[in-house]
Amino acid sequence: MLELRQQYSFYGILLYIGATIFVLFMAIDGPESAVWNGLFWVIQLFICINAVAKSFLQESRGRMLYFYSIASPTAFVLSKLLFNSLLMIIMSLLSLLLFTMFLGNPILKAGPFVGLVLLGGWSLSLVFSFLAAIAAKAQQNAAIMAVLGFPIIIPQLILLMRLSGAAFSPLLSIPLSTVLMLVALDALIILLAVILFPFLWKD
Amino acid sequence: MTNEKNYMHKSWWKLLAVVLLTYTVIAGFLGPVPHLPLLQETIRNLYFHVCMWFAMMILFTVSVVNSIRYLRTFNLKYDIYARQFAVVAIVFGILGYSTGAIWASYTWADPNKPAANAFSTIARDPKLIGAAIALLVYFAYLILRDSVQDMDKKARISAVYNIFAYAILFPSIWILPRILPSLHPGNDGENPALDVKNDIDSGMRLVFYPAVIGWTLLGVWIATLKIRFNLLKEKKMSA
Repeated sequence: MLELRQQYSFYGILLYIGATIFVLFMAIDGPESAVWNGLFWVIQLFICINAVAKSFLQESRGRMLYFYSIASPTAFVLSKLLFNSLLMIIMSLLSLLLFTMFLGNPILKAGPFVGLVLLGGWSLSLVFSFLAAIAAKAQQNAAIMAVLGFPIIIPQLILLMRLSGAAFSPLLSIPLSTVLMLVALDALIILLAVILFPFLWKD
Repeated sequence: MTNEKNYMHKSWWKLLAVVLLTYTVIAGFLGPVPHLPLLQETIRNLYFHVCMWFAMMILFTVSVVNSIRYLRTFNLKYDIYARQFAVVAIVFGILGYSTGAIWASYTWADPNKPAANAFSTIARDPKLIGAAIALLVYFAYLILRDSVQDMDKKARISAVYNIFAYAILFPSIWILPRILPSLHPGNDGENPALDVKNDIDSGMRLVFYPAVIGWTLLGVWIATLKIRFNLLKEKKMSA
């Protein structure tokens, strides 16, 4: 989609991830695990805003009209969600890799943590994709997306930080019910997006 | 149209609101309450603080229902309803916050430290986070709504955001407090707002439930006044 046509924006996000993590590397030296975890999720949040905001905000009016004429709103929003999810999952893995390279690796349970990173990246991308659609319709910049999105995403972020905190300690285990709840929330978001997007779509 | 306008002009529920609130204030301040450790007489705040949150949630729900009705009919009237109910609910949220802050300063705060030091610990409580998020979401709703010029577009976009935000927000503020530890009453997988079994005896319930209804009716009353005012303004502008 957009990222294939405008490859500079894709590389822009890559550079953003690299630069941010390098700044962190300069700022702190070997953070302890609680700080590491907090920083990691905040960086994920900002990467997500930057990566996903582009998907709707940079589409020109003419191109939206073209999509409007060839696809149904449901198909369009689902394809956007799918693409953004994939994009964000790749970005999450990349930033995890860079984090462990630059800031050390305090993770004790690597497998569950990677799983949580994927789930977290997916949740973030779903919420922000839909908010980007709203912000684009309101003809606003990415700033309003942050205003709209932060309060909504805080509960999920708290859950994610809690869960991933358990990956740093040998004693705590990750409760499966909470993970399932996050998955259920994601399903709810997809459902809402499919129901509500047709109303945003027509102009 | 006439049917729905009617309930705003009827006076029986406004009288009911006045009667219930008078009863709440009199019975709330004079009636008997159980003397629990730490809480003592501050438990009377239950008739005000908890009712504010109940009224807020009910009014937000009414607002969302009106947003859904708007998207089904595209009648601008429902958009005005949704907005005004959201504004009144925000006012109730702020009142709930301040009554809670007063209550917490007598029960949770360490009297040996200045209140400002206790704030960051208390504000971390998951129920307070949930309340803060709810208010932030609806402030964002108002900002989004005012940032769009075109009337129909404004109504449509804000209705979509209202539904989306409500549907994400409310499950998470009902779920979060059950998972995270908290000072606030009502843990252990019970109702997250209050500990019905231990704290409130049957005498208090006789005041509490009428108080919830009374405050909610008062909120609806304020909202309908604002709605009628705005509908008139709309009519004047189009005429």
